[in-house]
Amino acid sequence: MTYATLYAICGVVLFGIGFYGTVFCRHLIRKVMAVNLMGAGVFLVMIALAARTPSGAPDPVPHAMVLTGIVVAVSATALMLALIRRLHHQTGLTELPEQMEH
Amino acid sequence: MDAEWAMTGLIMVPLAAAIVVYVTATRFVAAWGVAVAMIQTGLTFWLTRSILQSGPVQVPLGGWEAPLGIPLYADGISVLMLIMTTLVGATSTCYAAAYFSALQHDPRRSSSQPTIQTFWPLWLILWSALNALFLSADVFNLYVTLELITISAVALIGLAGKAQALVAAIRYLFAALMGSLFYLLGVALLYSTYGTVSWHLLAETVQADVLTWCAASLMIIGLLLKTALFPLHFWLPAAHANAPAPVSGLLSGLVLKASFFMILRLWFYVFHPVMPVSAGWMLSVLGSAAILWGSIQAIRQQRVKLMIAYSTVAQVGYLFLVFGLACEPMGMLAWRGTAYLAFAHACAKAAAFMVAGSLMYMVGSDLLDRWEGIGRREPKLIFALALAGVSLMGLPPSAGFIAKWLLLNAAIGNGRWEVAAVIVLGGLLAAVYMFRIIGVSLSSAVPMPETMPIPRMMRWAPLVLAMVVIVGGIVTTEPIRLLEIGAPPIAAREVAP
Repeated sequence: MTYATLYAICGVVLFGIGFYGTVFCRHLIRKVMAVNLMGAGVFLVMIALAARTPSGAPDPVPHAMVLTGIVVAVSATALMLALIRRLHHQTGLTELPEQMEH
Repeated sequence: MDAEWAMTGLIMVPLAAAIVVYVTATRFVAAWGVAVAMIQTGLTFWLTRSILQSGPVQVPLGGWEAPLGIPLYADGISVLMLIMTTLVGATSTCYAAAYFSALQHDPRRSSSQPTIQTFWPLWLILWSALNALFLSADVFNLYVTLELITISAVALIGLAGKAQALVAAIRYLFAALMGSLFYLLGVALLYSTYGTVSWHLLAETVQADVLTWCAASLMIIGLLLKTALFPLHFWLPAAHANAPAPVSGLLSGLVLKASFFMILRLWFYVFHPVMPVSAGWMLSVLGSAAILWGSIQAIRQQRVKLMIAYSTVAQVGYLFLVFGLACEPMGMLAWRGTAYLAFAHACAKAAAFMVAGSLMYMVGSDLLDRWEGIGRREPKLIFALALAGVSLMGLPPSAGFIAKWLLLNAAIGNGRWEVAAVIVLGGLLAAVYMFRIIGVSLSSAVPMPETMPIPRMMRWAPLVLAMVVIVGGIVTTEPIRLLEIGAPPIAAREVAP
Protein backbone atom coordinates (compact mmCIF):
# COMPACT_ATOMS: atom_id res chain seq x y z
CA MET A 1 0.00 0.00 0.00
CA THR A 2 1.35 3.41 -0.96
CA TYR A 3 1.19 6.45 1.27
CA ALA A 4 -1.29 8.04 -1.13
CA THR A 5 -3.72 5.17 -0.72
CA LEU A 6 -3.30 5.26 3.04
CA TYR A 7 -4.11 8.97 3.10
CA ALA A 8 -7.12 8.42 0.85
CA ILE A 9 -8.45 5.73 3.19
CA CYS A 10 -7.86 8.06 6.16
CA GLY A 11 -9.84 10.71 4.30
CA VAL A 12 -12.78 8.37 3.82
CA VAL A 13 -12.66 7.39 7.51
CA LEU A 14 -12.63 11.07 8.54
CA PHE A 15 -15.59 11.65 6.24
CA GLY A 16 -17.43 8.82 7.96
CA ILE A 17 -16.68 10.15 11.46
CA GLY A 18 -17.81 13.60 10.39
CA PHE A 19 -21.00 12.20 8.90
CA TYR A 20 -21.77 10.35 12.12
CA GLY A 21 -21.19 13.52 14.11
CA THR A 22 -23.33 15.69 11.86
CA VAL A 23 -26.26 13.31 12.14
CA PHE A 24 -26.03 12.26 15.79
CA CYS A 25 -24.40 15.12 17.74
CA ARG A 26 -26.98 17.36 19.39
CA HIS A 27 -24.96 20.44 20.24
CA LEU A 28 -24.87 22.80 17.29
CA ILE A 29 -21.18 23.71 17.62
CA ARG A 30 -20.33 20.00 17.57
CA LYS A 31 -22.38 19.69 14.41
CA VAL A 32 -20.42 22.57 12.84
CA MET A 33 -17.17 20.83 13.71
CA ALA A 34 -18.45 17.53 12.36
CA VAL A 35 -19.41 19.09 9.03
CA ASN A 36 -15.94 20.59 8.81
CA LEU A 37 -14.47 17.17 9.54
CA MET A 38 -16.43 15.73 6.63
CA GLY A 39 -15.02 18.49 4.45
CA ALA A 40 -11.49 17.82 5.65
CA GLY A 41 -11.98 14.14 4.80
CA VAL A 42 -12.99 14.95 1.24
CA PHE A 43 -10.05 17.34 0.85
CA LEU A 44 -7.64 14.69 2.11
CA VAL A 45 -9.01 12.20 -0.40
CA MET A 46 -8.55 14.73 -3.20
CA ILE A 47 -4.98 15.58 -2.22
CA ALA A 48 -4.09 11.91 -1.85
CA LEU A 49 -5.53 10.97 -5.21
CA ALA A 50 -3.66 13.86 -6.84
CA ALA A 51 -0.41 12.13 -5.94
CA ARG A 52 -1.31 8.97 -7.85
CA THR A 53 -0.26 10.13 -11.32
CA PRO A 54 1.86 7.81 -13.51
CA SER A 55 4.71 10.35 -13.77
CA GLY A 56 4.86 10.81 -10.01
CA ALA A 57 4.47 14.59 -10.22
CA PRO A 58 1.35 15.70 -8.36
CA ASP A 59 -1.67 16.68 -10.42
CA PRO A 60 -2.48 20.38 -9.78
CA VAL A 61 -6.18 20.23 -10.68
CA PRO A 62 -7.38 18.53 -7.44
CA HIS A 63 -5.23 21.00 -5.50
CA ALA A 64 -7.10 23.86 -7.14
CA MET A 65 -10.39 22.11 -6.31
CA VAL A 66 -9.38 21.76 -2.68
CA LEU A 67 -8.56 25.47 -2.50
CA THR A 68 -12.00 26.28 -3.90
CA GLY A 69 -13.52 23.77 -1.50
CA ILE A 70 -11.80 25.43 1.47
CA VAL A 71 -13.19 28.82 0.45
CA VAL A 72 -16.67 27.31 0.29
CA ALA A 73 -16.19 25.57 3.64
CA VAL A 74 -15.07 28.79 5.33
CA SER A 75 -18.07 30.75 4.09
CA ALA A 76 -20.48 27.96 4.99
CA THR A 77 -18.96 27.74 8.48
CA ALA A 78 -19.28 31.48 8.91
CA LEU A 79 -22.94 31.33 7.93
CA MET A 80 -23.58 28.38 10.25
CA LEU A 81 -21.98 30.21 13.17
CA ALA A 82 -23.87 33.42 12.44
CA LEU A 83 -27.20 31.60 12.37
CA ILE A 84 -26.41 29.62 15.50
CA ARG A 85 -25.36 32.78 17.35
CA ARG A 86 -28.56 34.52 16.31
CA LEU A 87 -30.63 31.54 17.48
CA HIS A 88 -28.78 31.40 20.79
CA HIS A 89 -29.22 35.12 21.26
CA GLN A 90 -32.97 34.92 20.67
CA THR A 91 -33.88 31.70 22.43
CA GLY A 92 -30.89 30.52 24.45
CA LEU A 93 -30.96 27.22 22.56
CA THR A 94 -27.72 25.40 21.81
CA GLU A 95 -29.45 22.44 20.19
CA LEU A 96 -32.08 22.17 17.52
CA PRO A 97 -35.46 21.41 19.10
CA GLU A 98 -36.93 18.02 18.22
CA GLN A 99 -38.77 18.04 14.90
CA MET A 100 -41.54 20.33 16.10
CA GLU A 101 -44.89 20.50 14.44
CA HIS A 102 -43.75 23.78 12.93
CA MET B 1 -20.92 35.14 -30.62
CA ASP B 2 -24.52 36.02 -29.80
CA ALA B 3 -25.05 33.13 -27.46
CA GLU B 4 -21.68 33.68 -25.79
CA TRP B 5 -22.58 37.20 -24.66
CA ALA B 6 -26.03 36.17 -23.52
CA MET B 7 -24.64 33.28 -21.45
CA THR B 8 -21.95 35.38 -19.82
CA GLY B 9 -24.42 38.21 -19.20
CA LEU B 10 -26.95 35.95 -17.52
CA ILE B 11 -24.33 35.13 -14.89
CA MET B 12 -22.43 38.40 -14.63
CA VAL B 13 -25.27 40.96 -14.64
CA PRO B 14 -26.96 39.84 -11.40
CA LEU B 15 -23.59 39.21 -9.78
CA ALA B 16 -22.34 42.70 -10.61
CA ALA B 17 -25.63 44.23 -9.49
CA ALA B 18 -25.44 42.29 -6.21
CA ILE B 19 -22.01 43.71 -5.49
CA VAL B 20 -23.05 47.25 -6.42
CA VAL B 21 -26.18 47.31 -4.26
CA TYR B 22 -24.31 45.77 -1.35
CA VAL B 23 -21.31 48.08 -1.49
CA THR B 24 -23.17 51.32 -2.18
CA ALA B 25 -26.14 50.43 0.08
CA THR B 26 -28.22 52.50 -2.32
CA ARG B 27 -31.73 53.54 -1.39
CA PHE B 28 -32.97 52.52 -4.82
CA VAL B 29 -32.18 48.80 -4.47
CA ALA B 30 -35.57 47.74 -5.73
CA ALA B 31 -35.01 49.73 -8.91
CA TRP B 32 -31.72 47.89 -9.41
CA GLY B 33 -33.49 44.58 -8.96
CA VAL B 34 -36.16 45.45 -11.50
CA ALA B 35 -33.51 46.66 -13.96
CA VAL B 36 -31.64 43.36 -13.61
CA ALA B 37 -34.90 41.48 -14.16
CA MET B 38 -35.47 43.37 -17.41
CA ILE B 39 -31.93 42.72 -18.66
CA GLN B 40 -32.23 39.03 -17.73
CA THR B 41 -35.48 38.76 -19.67
CA GLY B 42 -33.81 40.22 -22.76
CA LEU B 43 -30.75 37.99 -22.46
CA THR B 44 -32.85 34.86 -21.95
CA PHE B 45 -34.92 35.69 -25.01
CA TRP B 46 -31.75 36.26 -27.02
CA LEU B 47 -30.16 33.01 -25.90
CA THR B 48 -33.34 31.02 -26.55
CA ARG B 49 -33.58 32.34 -30.09
CA SER B 50 -29.96 31.58 -30.78
CA ILE B 51 -30.19 28.02 -29.37
CA LEU B 52 -33.36 27.34 -31.37
CA GLN B 53 -31.58 28.46 -34.52
CA SER B 54 -28.15 26.92 -34.14
CA GLY B 55 -28.32 24.15 -31.55
CA PRO B 56 -26.25 23.61 -28.37
CA VAL B 57 -23.39 26.02 -27.69
CA GLN B 58 -20.22 25.54 -25.68
CA VAL B 59 -18.29 28.64 -24.66
CA PRO B 60 -14.84 28.62 -23.05
CA LEU B 61 -14.93 31.62 -20.70
CA GLY B 62 -12.22 34.15 -21.52
CA GLY B 63 -10.92 31.88 -24.28
CA TRP B 64 -9.39 29.41 -21.79
CA GLU B 65 -10.04 25.87 -22.88
CA ALA B 66 -10.45 22.93 -20.47
CA PRO B 67 -8.78 21.72 -18.26
CA LEU B 68 -7.68 25.21 -17.17
CA GLY B 69 -10.70 27.25 -18.17
CA ILE B 70 -14.32 27.19 -17.13
CA PRO B 71 -16.55 26.22 -20.04
CA LEU B 72 -20.23 27.12 -20.25
CA TYR B 73 -22.68 24.93 -22.13
CA ALA B 74 -26.25 25.60 -23.17
CA ASP B 75 -28.66 23.10 -24.69
CA GLY B 76 -32.43 22.74 -24.77
CA ILE B 77 -32.97 21.66 -21.17
CA SER B 78 -30.63 24.25 -19.72
CA VAL B 79 -32.37 26.98 -21.72
CA LEU B 80 -35.77 25.79 -20.50
CA MET B 81 -34.44 26.01 -16.94
CA LEU B 82 -33.09 29.50 -17.64
CA ILE B 83 -36.47 30.60 -18.98
CA MET B 84 -38.04 29.21 -15.81
CA THR B 85 -35.53 31.09 -13.66
CA THR B 86 -36.13 34.32 -15.53
CA LEU B 87 -39.92 34.09 -15.35
CA VAL B 88 -40.07 33.18 -11.68
CA GLY B 89 -37.15 35.48 -10.86
CA ALA B 90 -38.56 38.52 -12.64
CA THR B 91 -42.05 38.21 -11.12
CA SER B 92 -40.57 37.52 -7.68
CA THR B 93 -38.41 40.61 -8.05
CA CYS B 94 -41.45 42.80 -8.69
CA TYR B 95 -43.33 41.06 -5.88
CA ALA B 96 -40.43 41.51 -3.48
CA ALA B 97 -40.12 45.18 -4.34
CA ALA B 98 -43.79 45.71 -3.44
CA TYR B 99 -43.64 43.43 -0.40
CA PHE B 100 -40.68 45.11 1.22
CA SER B 101 -41.98 48.60 0.60
CA ALA B 102 -45.28 47.57 2.20
CA LEU B 103 -43.39 46.05 5.11
CA GLN B 104 -41.46 49.26 5.74
CA HIS B 105 -44.69 51.16 6.30
CA ASP B 106 -46.35 48.40 8.26
CA PRO B 107 -47.41 49.50 11.77
CA ARG B 108 -47.12 45.87 12.99
CA ARG B 109 -43.48 45.83 12.00
CA SER B 110 -41.02 44.56 14.59
CA SER B 111 -37.27 44.98 14.52
CA SER B 112 -36.70 41.31 13.74
CA GLN B 113 -38.51 41.53 10.43
CA PRO B 114 -36.51 41.21 7.22
CA THR B 115 -34.91 44.33 5.86
CA ILE B 116 -34.92 45.31 2.25
CA GLN B 117 -31.20 46.04 2.23
CA THR B 118 -30.19 42.46 2.98
CA PHE B 119 -32.70 40.76 0.70
CA TRP B 120 -31.52 42.21 -2.60
CA PRO B 121 -27.80 41.33 -2.67
CA LEU B 122 -28.59 37.78 -1.52
CA TRP B 123 -31.33 37.29 -4.08
CA LEU B 124 -29.19 38.68 -6.91
CA ILE B 125 -26.33 36.34 -5.99
CA LEU B 126 -28.78 33.46 -5.84
CA TRP B 127 -30.03 34.40 -9.30
CA SER B 128 -26.53 34.55 -10.72
CA ALA B 129 -25.64 31.19 -9.17
CA LEU B 130 -28.80 29.54 -10.53
CA ASN B 131 -27.99 30.72 -14.06
CA ALA B 132 -24.38 29.60 -13.67
CA LEU B 133 -25.51 26.16 -12.52
CA PHE B 134 -27.83 25.66 -15.49
CA LEU B 135 -24.98 26.64 -17.83
CA SER B 136 -22.20 24.59 -16.19
CA ALA B 137 -20.28 22.16 -18.33
CA ASP B 138 -18.31 20.42 -15.63
CA VAL B 139 -19.20 18.57 -12.47
CA PHE B 140 -16.93 20.62 -10.22
CA ASN B 141 -18.46 23.91 -11.31
CA LEU B 142 -21.82 22.40 -10.61
CA TYR B 143 -20.59 21.86 -7.04
CA VAL B 144 -19.41 25.44 -6.64
CA THR B 145 -22.61 26.96 -8.03
CA LEU B 146 -24.73 24.60 -5.93
CA GLU B 147 -22.90 25.78 -2.80
CA LEU B 148 -23.46 29.41 -3.76
CA ILE B 149 -27.15 28.64 -4.15
CA THR B 150 -27.32 26.86 -0.79
CA ILE B 151 -25.55 29.59 1.13
CA SER B 152 -27.59 32.43 -0.32
CA ALA B 153 -30.85 30.46 0.01
CA VAL B 154 -30.20 29.66 3.67
CA ALA B 155 -29.34 33.27 4.39
CA LEU B 156 -32.59 34.33 2.72
CA ILE B 157 -34.61 32.01 5.00
CA GLY B 158 -32.75 33.39 8.00
CA LEU B 159 -33.91 36.89 6.99
CA ALA B 160 -37.32 36.14 8.43
CA GLY B 161 -35.56 36.49 11.78
CA LYS B 162 -38.02 34.52 13.91
CA ALA B 163 -36.70 31.61 15.94
CA GLN B 164 -38.77 29.16 13.88
CA ALA B 165 -37.20 30.40 10.67
CA LEU B 166 -33.71 30.24 12.18
CA VAL B 167 -34.21 26.64 13.29
CA ALA B 168 -35.49 25.76 9.83
CA ALA B 169 -32.57 27.55 8.17
CA ILE B 170 -29.98 25.79 10.36
CA ARG B 171 -31.54 22.39 9.77
CA TYR B 172 -31.62 23.06 6.02
CA LEU B 173 -28.03 24.27 6.04
CA PHE B 174 -26.72 21.12 7.74
CA ALA B 175 -28.67 18.87 5.39
CA ALA B 176 -27.52 20.82 2.36
CA LEU B 177 -23.86 20.88 3.39
CA MET B 178 -23.88 17.13 4.03
CA GLY B 179 -25.43 16.69 0.60
CA SER B 180 -22.78 18.75 -1.13
CA LEU B 181 -19.92 16.99 0.65
CA PHE B 182 -21.28 13.61 -0.50
CA TYR B 183 -21.41 15.06 -3.98
CA LEU B 184 -17.87 16.42 -3.72
CA LEU B 185 -16.50 13.05 -2.58
CA GLY B 186 -18.13 11.54 -5.65
CA VAL B 187 -16.49 14.16 -7.85
CA ALA B 188 -13.10 13.33 -6.29
CA LEU B 189 -13.54 9.63 -7.07
CA LEU B 190 -14.68 10.38 -10.63
CA TYR B 191 -11.74 12.65 -11.26
CA SER B 192 -9.27 10.13 -9.93
CA THR B 193 -10.72 7.45 -12.21
CA TYR B 194 -11.23 9.40 -15.41
CA GLY B 195 -8.96 12.43 -15.04
CA THR B 196 -11.61 14.94 -16.09
CA VAL B 197 -14.51 16.85 -14.59
CA SER B 198 -16.18 17.81 -17.87
CA TRP B 199 -19.40 15.86 -18.11
CA HIS B 200 -19.05 15.67 -21.90
CA LEU B 201 -15.75 13.81 -21.60
CA LEU B 202 -17.04 11.71 -18.71
CA ALA B 203 -19.99 10.65 -20.84
CA GLU B 204 -17.61 9.32 -23.49
CA THR B 205 -15.33 7.39 -21.17
CA VAL B 206 -17.57 6.27 -18.34
CA GLN B 207 -17.43 2.54 -17.58
CA ALA B 208 -19.47 0.19 -15.48
CA ASP B 209 -17.12 -0.55 -12.60
CA VAL B 210 -17.31 -0.45 -8.83
CA LEU B 211 -15.57 2.90 -8.41
CA THR B 212 -17.90 4.59 -10.89
CA TRP B 213 -20.93 3.17 -9.10
CA CYS B 214 -19.57 4.40 -5.78
CA ALA B 215 -18.96 7.86 -7.22
CA ALA B 216 -22.38 7.95 -8.90
CA SER B 217 -24.19 6.81 -5.76
CA LEU B 218 -22.39 9.34 -3.56
CA MET B 219 -23.20 12.16 -5.97
CA ILE B 220 -26.82 11.17 -6.47
CA ILE B 221 -27.46 10.60 -2.74
CA GLY B 222 -26.00 13.99 -1.92
CA LEU B 223 -28.23 15.61 -4.51
CA LEU B 224 -31.32 13.68 -3.37
CA LEU B 225 -30.82 15.19 0.08
CA LYS B 226 -30.78 18.65 -1.48
CA THR B 227 -33.76 17.94 -3.72
CA ALA B 228 -35.69 16.65 -0.68
CA LEU B 229 -36.84 13.37 -2.19
CA PHE B 230 -38.85 11.35 0.33
CA PRO B 231 -37.60 10.24 2.91
CA LEU B 232 -34.88 12.92 2.81
CA HIS B 233 -37.43 15.74 2.81
CA PHE B 234 -37.39 16.29 6.60
CA TRP B 235 -35.88 19.76 6.30
CA LEU B 236 -38.08 21.10 3.50
CA PRO B 237 -41.53 21.95 4.89
CA ALA B 238 -40.29 24.11 7.78
CA ALA B 239 -37.65 25.82 5.65
CA HIS B 240 -40.01 26.70 2.81
CA ALA B 241 -42.96 27.61 5.00
CA ASN B 242 -41.08 29.90 7.43
CA ALA B 243 -39.14 31.87 4.82
CA PRO B 244 -40.25 35.45 4.04
CA ALA B 245 -43.06 35.66 1.47
CA PRO B 246 -41.02 36.42 -1.66
CA VAL B 247 -38.39 33.84 -0.70
CA SER B 248 -40.65 30.78 -0.31
CA GLY B 249 -41.58 30.82 -3.97
CA LEU B 250 -37.95 31.12 -5.02
CA LEU B 251 -36.97 28.18 -2.81
CA SER B 252 -39.72 25.84 -3.93
CA GLY B 253 -39.72 26.99 -7.52
CA LEU B 254 -36.06 27.43 -8.35
CA VAL B 255 -33.63 26.26 -5.67
CA LEU B 256 -34.95 22.69 -5.62
CA LYS B 257 -34.86 22.56 -9.40
CA ALA B 258 -31.16 23.36 -9.37
CA SER B 259 -30.16 20.16 -7.61
CA PHE B 260 -32.78 18.22 -9.56
CA PHE B 261 -31.33 19.54 -12.81
CA MET B 262 -27.93 18.22 -11.71
CA ILE B 263 -29.38 14.77 -11.08
CA LEU B 264 -31.02 14.88 -14.50
CA ARG B 265 -27.78 15.98 -16.13
CA LEU B 266 -25.61 13.39 -14.41
CA TRP B 267 -28.04 10.52 -14.78
CA PHE B 268 -29.09 10.91 -18.38
CA TYR B 269 -25.99 12.49 -19.89
CA VAL B 270 -23.25 10.66 -17.98
CA PHE B 271 -24.28 7.61 -15.96
CA HIS B 272 -27.31 6.34 -17.89
CA PRO B 273 -25.50 3.57 -19.82
CA VAL B 274 -23.80 2.16 -16.74
CA MET B 275 -26.51 2.46 -14.10
CA PRO B 276 -28.47 -0.69 -13.30
CA VAL B 277 -32.17 -0.50 -14.17
CA SER B 278 -33.03 -1.33 -10.56
CA ALA B 279 -31.38 1.91 -9.37
CA GLY B 280 -33.65 3.90 -11.67
CA TRP B 281 -36.72 2.10 -10.41
CA MET B 282 -35.67 2.62 -6.84
CA LEU B 283 -35.75 6.37 -7.41
CA SER B 284 -39.17 6.03 -9.03
CA VAL B 285 -40.49 4.07 -6.07
CA LEU B 286 -39.23 6.76 -3.70
CA GLY B 287 -40.85 9.32 -6.00
CA SER B 288 -44.19 7.51 -5.80
CA ALA B 289 -43.90 7.36 -2.01
CA ALA B 290 -43.16 11.10 -2.00
CA ILE B 291 -46.27 11.84 -4.07
CA LEU B 292 -48.55 9.97 -1.68
CA TRP B 293 -46.87 10.98 1.59
CA GLY B 294 -46.47 14.65 0.60
CA SER B 295 -50.05 14.97 -0.57
CA ILE B 296 -51.48 13.34 2.55
CA GLN B 297 -49.36 15.56 4.79
CA ALA B 298 -50.46 18.61 2.79
CA ILE B 299 -54.10 17.71 3.38
CA ARG B 300 -53.47 17.38 7.13
CA GLN B 301 -51.86 20.82 7.62
CA GLN B 302 -53.58 23.79 9.24
CA ARG B 303 -51.15 26.43 7.97
CA VAL B 304 -51.47 27.26 4.29
CA LYS B 305 -47.76 27.82 3.68
CA LEU B 306 -46.99 24.42 5.18
CA MET B 307 -49.66 22.91 2.96
CA ILE B 308 -48.01 24.38 -0.11
CA ALA B 309 -44.59 23.26 1.13
CA TYR B 310 -45.79 19.65 1.56
CA SER B 311 -47.30 19.92 -1.89
CA THR B 312 -43.74 20.58 -3.08
CA VAL B 313 -42.62 17.32 -1.46
CA ALA B 314 -45.31 15.58 -3.51
CA GLN B 315 -44.52 17.35 -6.77
CA VAL B 316 -40.80 16.56 -6.38
CA GLY B 317 -41.91 12.93 -6.31
CA TYR B 318 -43.37 13.30 -9.81
CA LEU B 319 -39.99 14.50 -11.06
CA PHE B 320 -38.39 11.21 -10.01
CA LEU B 321 -40.77 8.91 -11.85
CA VAL B 322 -38.67 9.43 -14.98
CA PHE B 323 -35.68 7.45 -13.71
CA GLY B 324 -37.55 4.17 -13.86
CA LEU B 325 -39.69 5.00 -16.88
CA ALA B 326 -36.68 6.05 -18.94
CA CYS B 327 -35.28 2.52 -18.77
CA GLU B 328 -38.07 1.38 -21.07
CA PRO B 329 -39.01 2.08 -24.70
CA MET B 330 -41.22 5.11 -24.06
CA GLY B 331 -38.50 6.75 -21.97
CA MET B 332 -38.19 9.80 -24.20
CA LEU B 333 -41.77 10.86 -23.42
CA ALA B 334 -41.09 10.61 -19.70
CA TRP B 335 -37.94 12.67 -20.06
CA ARG B 336 -39.76 15.46 -21.89
CA GLY B 337 -42.63 15.35 -19.43
CA THR B 338 -40.29 15.61 -16.46
CA ALA B 339 -38.33 18.54 -17.84
CA TYR B 340 -41.58 20.33 -18.60
CA LEU B 341 -42.98 19.47 -15.18
CA ALA B 342 -39.96 21.09 -13.52
CA PHE B 343 -40.82 24.26 -15.43
CA ALA B 344 -44.56 24.05 -14.75
CA HIS B 345 -44.11 23.34 -11.06
CA ALA B 346 -41.70 26.25 -10.62
CA CYS B 347 -44.19 28.77 -12.02
CA ALA B 348 -47.27 27.29 -10.33
CA LYS B 349 -45.63 26.86 -6.94
CA ALA B 350 -44.04 30.30 -6.93
CA ALA B 351 -47.44 31.80 -7.80
CA ALA B 352 -49.11 29.81 -5.00
CA PHE B 353 -46.51 30.94 -2.45
CA MET B 354 -46.87 34.56 -3.58
CA VAL B 355 -50.64 34.38 -3.11
CA ALA B 356 -50.13 32.83 0.32
CA GLY B 357 -47.61 35.56 1.15
CA SER B 358 -50.02 38.33 0.14
CA LEU B 359 -52.95 36.89 2.05
CA MET B 360 -50.75 36.17 5.06
CA TYR B 361 -49.63 39.80 5.04
CA MET B 362 -53.23 41.00 4.82
CA VAL B 363 -54.59 38.80 7.61
CA GLY B 364 -51.44 38.53 9.69
CA SER B 365 -51.47 34.73 9.75
CA ASP B 366 -51.43 31.79 7.38
CA LEU B 367 -53.72 29.62 9.51
CA LEU B 368 -56.42 28.42 7.14
CA ASP B 369 -59.17 29.22 9.65
CA ARG B 370 -58.22 32.87 9.57
CA TRP B 371 -58.66 32.95 5.79
CA GLU B 372 -62.38 32.31 5.88
CA GLY B 373 -64.16 34.56 3.44
CA ILE B 374 -61.03 36.35 2.30
CA GLY B 375 -61.59 35.29 -1.28
CA ARG B 376 -64.59 37.58 -1.57
CA ARG B 377 -62.34 40.51 -0.70
CA GLU B 378 -59.44 39.37 -2.87
CA PRO B 379 -60.90 37.57 -5.90
CA LYS B 380 -57.81 38.23 -8.01
CA LEU B 381 -55.48 36.44 -5.60
CA ILE B 382 -57.78 33.47 -5.19
CA PHE B 383 -58.14 33.28 -8.96
CA ALA B 384 -54.35 33.15 -9.28
CA LEU B 385 -54.24 30.42 -6.64
CA ALA B 386 -56.89 28.46 -8.51
CA LEU B 387 -54.97 28.71 -11.79
CA ALA B 388 -51.79 27.52 -10.07
CA GLY B 389 -53.84 24.74 -8.50
CA VAL B 390 -55.07 23.62 -11.91
CA SER B 391 -51.48 23.01 -12.91
CA LEU B 392 -50.55 21.30 -9.64
CA MET B 393 -53.51 18.96 -10.00
CA GLY B 394 -52.62 18.31 -13.62
CA LEU B 395 -55.88 19.52 -15.17
CA PRO B 396 -56.05 21.00 -18.68
CA PRO B 397 -55.27 23.56 -19.95
CA SER B 398 -52.04 24.01 -18.04
CA ALA B 399 -48.36 23.23 -18.35
CA GLY B 400 -48.73 20.79 -15.47
CA PHE B 401 -51.35 18.89 -17.45
CA ILE B 402 -49.11 18.55 -20.52
CA ALA B 403 -46.21 17.35 -18.39
CA LYS B 404 -48.25 14.82 -16.44
CA TRP B 405 -49.97 13.67 -19.63
CA LEU B 406 -46.57 12.89 -21.14
CA LEU B 407 -45.58 11.00 -17.99
CA LEU B 408 -48.88 9.14 -18.00
CA ASN B 409 -48.43 8.19 -21.64
CA ALA B 410 -44.96 6.89 -20.92
CA ALA B 411 -46.23 4.88 -17.96
CA ILE B 412 -49.16 3.36 -19.85
CA GLY B 413 -47.13 2.83 -23.02
CA ASN B 414 -44.63 0.82 -21.01
CA GLY B 415 -47.40 -1.12 -19.30
CA ARG B 416 -46.54 0.39 -15.92
CA TRP B 417 -50.07 0.67 -14.59
CA GLU B 418 -48.96 1.11 -11.00
CA VAL B 419 -47.04 4.27 -11.96
CA ALA B 420 -50.03 5.55 -13.93
CA ALA B 421 -52.24 4.96 -10.89
CA VAL B 422 -49.88 6.95 -8.65
CA ILE B 423 -49.85 9.84 -11.13
CA VAL B 424 -53.65 10.01 -11.20
CA LEU B 425 -54.02 9.51 -7.44
CA GLY B 426 -51.50 12.28 -6.78
CA GLY B 427 -53.60 14.62 -8.93
CA LEU B 428 -56.75 13.76 -6.98
CA LEU B 429 -55.02 14.34 -3.64
CA ALA B 430 -53.71 17.67 -4.93
CA ALA B 431 -57.30 18.58 -5.78
CA VAL B 432 -58.30 17.85 -2.17
CA TYR B 433 -55.85 20.30 -0.60
CA MET B 434 -56.20 22.99 -3.26
CA PHE B 435 -60.01 22.93 -3.08
CA ARG B 436 -59.80 23.02 0.70
CA ILE B 437 -57.90 26.33 0.61
CA ILE B 438 -60.09 27.80 -2.12
CA GLY B 439 -63.30 26.56 -0.52
CA VAL B 440 -62.51 28.07 2.88
CA SER B 441 -61.42 31.38 1.44
CA LEU B 442 -64.59 31.70 -0.63
CA SER B 443 -66.85 30.76 2.26
CA SER B 444 -69.73 33.18 2.70
CA ALA B 445 -70.66 31.95 6.15
CA VAL B 446 -68.69 34.69 7.88
CA PRO B 447 -68.44 38.44 7.32
CA MET B 448 -65.41 39.49 5.31
CA PRO B 449 -62.35 39.65 7.59
CA GLU B 450 -60.61 42.93 8.36
CA THR B 451 -57.39 43.14 6.36
CA MET B 452 -54.33 45.30 5.77
CA PRO B 453 -54.19 46.94 2.36
CA ILE B 454 -51.51 45.57 0.00
CA PRO B 455 -49.75 47.14 -2.99
CA ARG B 456 -51.24 46.28 -6.38
CA MET B 457 -48.08 44.43 -7.45
CA MET B 458 -48.67 41.84 -4.72
CA ARG B 459 -51.85 40.88 -6.61
CA TRP B 460 -50.54 41.11 -10.15
CA ALA B 461 -47.22 39.27 -9.82
CA PRO B 462 -48.78 35.92 -8.82
CA LEU B 463 -51.56 36.37 -11.37
CA VAL B 464 -49.06 36.91 -14.19
CA LEU B 465 -47.10 33.84 -13.16
CA ALA B 466 -50.27 31.75 -12.93
CA MET B 467 -51.20 32.93 -16.43
CA VAL B 468 -47.80 31.71 -17.66
CA VAL B 469 -48.67 28.24 -16.41
CA ILE B 470 -51.92 28.29 -18.39
CA VAL B 471 -50.23 29.64 -21.52
CA GLY B 472 -47.66 26.86 -21.10
CA GLY B 473 -50.51 24.39 -21.44
CA ILE B 474 -51.69 25.91 -24.71
CA VAL B 475 -48.42 26.82 -26.44
CA THR B 476 -46.50 23.56 -26.23
CA THR B 477 -44.75 22.97 -29.54
CA GLU B 478 -41.96 25.48 -28.87
CA PRO B 479 -40.96 24.15 -25.44
CA ILE B 480 -41.01 20.57 -26.72
CA ARG B 481 -38.93 21.59 -29.73
CA LEU B 482 -36.52 23.30 -27.37
CA LEU B 483 -36.19 20.10 -25.33
CA GLU B 484 -35.22 18.18 -28.48
CA ILE B 485 -32.05 20.26 -28.76
CA GLY B 486 -29.26 18.30 -27.19
CA ALA B 487 -31.66 15.73 -25.74
CA PRO B 488 -29.91 12.77 -24.09
CA PRO B 489 -29.66 9.47 -25.98
CA ILE B 490 -32.34 7.72 -23.92
CA ALA B 491 -33.95 5.96 -26.84
CA ALA B 492 -30.58 4.53 -27.87
CA ARG B 493 -30.30 2.56 -24.68
CA GLU B 494 -30.88 -1.13 -25.06
CA VAL B 495 -33.49 -2.51 -22.77
CA ALA B 496 -31.51 -4.34 -20.15
CA PRO B 497 -32.97 -7.41 -18.47
